[in-house]
Amino acid sequence: MKRLSRYRRHKFAGPAVLLAALFTIGTTFSIATALPSQQRMEVSAQTTMVEEGKQIFARGCSSCHGLNAEGGAIAPSLIGVGAASVDFQVGTGRMPMADMSQQAMRKKPVYNEQETAALAAYVASLAPGPASVTNASLTWERDGNVAQGGELFRTNCAMCHNFAAQGGALSNGKYAPTLMDAQPKQIYEAMITGPQSMPKFSNNTITPAEKLSIIKWIKAAQNEPSLGGASLGRVGPVTEGLLVWTLGLGLLIGVAVWLAAKAR
Amino acid sequence: MSNELQKFTDPGLPAHVHRKADSDPKAAKAAEKQVAILFLLSAIGTVMLIGSYIFVKSNKFIYLPILGDTNLQQLLLGVGMAMSLFFIGMGAVHWAKTLMSDTEVIAQRHEMRSEPEDRTDFVETVKEQAALANLGRRTLIKRSLGLSLGLIGLSPLILLRDLGPLPKNQLATTDWAKGTRLLTDPGDRPIKPSDLEVGSVAQVLPALPTGTERTLENIGKDAVLLIRLRPEDFQLSPERLSWTHEGIIAFSKICSHMGCAVALYEQQTKHLLCPCHQSTFDVTRAAKVIFGPAARPLPQLAITVDAEGYLVAQQPFTEPVGPSFWERSS
Repeated sequence: MKRLSRYRRHKFAGPAVLLAALFTIGTTFSIATALPSQQRMEVSAQTTMVEEGKQIFARGCSSCHGLNAEGGAIAPSLIGVGAASVDFQVGTGRMPMADMSQQAMRKKPVYNEQETAALAAYVASLAPGPASVTNASLTWERDGNVAQGGELFRTNCAMCHNFAAQGGALSNGKYAPTLMDAQPKQIYEAMITGPQSMPKFSNNTITPAEKLSIIKWIKAAQNEPSLGGASLGRVGPVTEGLLVWTLGLGLLIGVAVWLAAKAR
Repeated sequence: MSNELQKFTDPGLPAHVHRKADSDPKAAKAAEKQVAILFLLSAIGTVMLIGSYIFVKSNKFIYLPILGDTNLQQLLLGVGMAMSLFFIGMGAVHWAKTLMSDTEVIAQRHEMRSEPEDRTDFVETVKEQAALANLGRRTLIKRSLGLSLGLIGLSPLILLRDLGPLPKNQLATTDWAKGTRLLTDPGDRPIKPSDLEVGSVAQVLPALPTGTERTLENIGKDAVLLIRLRPEDFQLSPERLSWTHEGIIAFSKICSHMGCAVALYEQQTKHLLCPCHQSTFDVTRAAKVIFGPAARPLPQLAITVDAEGYLVAQQPFTEPVGPSFWERSS
């Protein structure tokens, strides 16, 4: 401030202040007047997205889910499932389903991000439902707590998805998938929408902050280095036991045979 | 042919075949070299073990076929230690097999019982020494020694106390009582029916009286799974239906078979699956067993809401939770 006040009696001080004030007012005014038109553009973009989504839906989804997403004999109604559900199912490649197997599995997504967003906008326009999230909007790195996430994961998720998030079997050929490839937004959307066999974990029983902790724990599990090289699927005693019983025991038998062999 | 065993002469021990190294100095020299090489390999292993600990950075990873990305230090530590121990043993065995004396020694087996004179001798010595120790005269010493030895003999008996105490009715009771609030696990927050959407689950524990700490024993008995369905999905008796609240139904999470935590809820089929032995329970029919070894349905907890609108238990569990035990009435 001292330096500024030194110049306050300078001959250009008056004009400079005037210029700055004009600039500020002008900018503020232009921003203020621009906002409504931007919103108008957003609304029109929204309607085009819904239109585009409707077309994609009619081509790719309506044969099972019905022309108006009302559901059919082989597929549920999508009215009210929300954008989050669409973003999860289509974004992970589970939908459209390639074949009618026990459950839709993760595969290469058929639709790109834009098309997925359009589909999500269309389904969300049918009835309100959970909104989709983006990876950037989830501040799990900053706000998550790995220890808390681990505790929540072990109580709520580990029974199906395995203690190391490797997935596990359910009944009749269904399974809980591994979470090793899951993106933060997919984890979040799965928890709020409950895809397929998975139940919902509503925001009031597991708060959004706690969900971020769970995401942080899963990310930590994904990035856990395996010091010993092959992780053997990280499923515990099953694969490790198999290795010990075959390779380890084989080695021991070989040594025993050599010990008992007479030298010639 | 008769069934009598034919007599045959004792073939004796097979002729002793000498090793090549016993007769051929060249072979002996080769065997010596082999043993030395094995010991040297062990030495290399130890150097590798120590060297990798000192010089290899602990965060360095290398790619190996089959194994994938492997931590170099851990790999060298492991291989080094395996080499150092394995080859020292292998060298010693090879040495013994090829070069050490191969004279065959026959050790005859004897009766375990001592000779009669040794036995009488022993008894005599004991008697003699006992007399010398004046045990008969020093009654104070004799009695106090008897007391201390006797007490030492008693002390292992108190270890048996650790087999108890008897559980009494702890197996049959839980911390659920009329009006106990359902709290989220973890988090310990009370739950309102509106917090649960249709198709959602929540792991809950009972609110304990203030000042009481939750122990693993508590959790092992008290864990409850809360599930919300559409009320029209239920196929329950009127009594069991009155135990639910707006489609929310609560079951003990402890499997009635072996006590594993049953929490694999399949939202579409509305089945609860136990991960240990695949017992499957139908939630819509009061956790009826539809597959697997469980003999009883999961105990259902009657729930309602209190004046503030939070979910509470209507009453304690009406039957013991978890697996069967000896004194269980049903």
